[in-house]
Amino acid sequence: MRLAAPLKASPAKTEQIILFRVSGQLFAVSSSSVQEVRSADSISGAATNISAPGLRKVRHVLRRGDRSLFIVNGAMHFGLHAAEGAQLFVLRKTRTALLIDGIEKMTTMTRLQALPLSFCHEERQWYRGLTALDQTVVPVVHPEGFLSPEELALLDAALLQADKTASEDLEGTSSA
Amino acid sequence: MTVSTELELQSFVLLRLGERRFAVSANQIAELVAPSRVFRFPHRTPKLEGVILRRGRILPVCDVSEMLLGKRLTSRRFYLIAVRNYGAQKEWVAMPVSGECELINAEMMAAAESDASHVAGWLSHDGDVIEVLNLDTLTPGPEQALAEAAARQRPEVRP
Repeated sequence: MRLAAPLKASPAKTEQIILFRVSGQLFAVSSSSVQEVRSADSISGAATNISAPGLRKVRHVLRRGDRSLFIVNGAMHFGLHAAEGAQLFVLRKTRTALLIDGIEKMTTMTRLQALPLSFCHEERQWYRGLTALDQTVVPVVHPEGFLSPEELALLDAALLQADKTASEDLEGTSSA
Repeated sequence: MTVSTELELQSFVLLRLGERRFAVSANQIAELVAPSRVFRFPHRTPKLEGVILRRGRILPVCDVSEMLLGKRLTSRRFYLIAVRNYGAQKEWVAMPVSGECELINAEMMAAAESDASHVAGWLSHDGDVIEVLNLDTLTPGPEQALAEAAARQRPEVRP
């Protein structure tokens, strides 16, 4: 018995992707999912500290009007060696800004293969699937897979607590 | 009248992991291929090493030696590409093996209740009694993840 040849699809649907590295590991993200690319230095003044119990991958939050963007350390999210991220992807339609090492290049993928069913843990939320590019296999990340609804609830609670503490401090200062 | 018992011979592929031999039903085997580059990326599923590219497909590589032998293979000569059932779906899985494989016909004895879940049965060949592997319980899949999650949630039994 031989493996059947992959199904030949009618004209390949292509998708623009950005290849990027986190702790040396290559990943891809759809370029339509990236709203902004910023250098990590450029946001260091604007970001405030946040600490949610059991959620070490988020240490900072960016406030933009009434919207909060949680900065996710990509290396910690994927369980890779800790690395100082140099760039930040602000991911469209999410509350995530992803800290990465840097962008490798932009390219086009013609085929996204579903993650094999053997992969059955958190990676199913992390990745949309896998793609083969230049004889290498790259996982394509799911922009919404960096923070689960439970993690967002934890972060919102931590944010609320931080705001409450800050306003109490302010009241204390003004009454003194 | 004499009653003759007909042996139900089935085809099996014998594979070698270290010093031991195991069997897998031949209709679950696609091919035996030379080792190729394993592409690794972050994930949380135990026993999965990464993936290989084979004929344009991306196949997971699952090292079952640790579960069967208690240690990882020091040398791997081939990947045995086998089919793994996930309910109604089927997918190919590449398993590293340490020697040539052999196709045999033998009669399988059913596994006993006390056998490990990865044992589909037993067969006798060349004076050896060989485990027939149940790949659906030996390799990871959603059902194992659910069982692990349930085990984690089970309250501790205290004396």
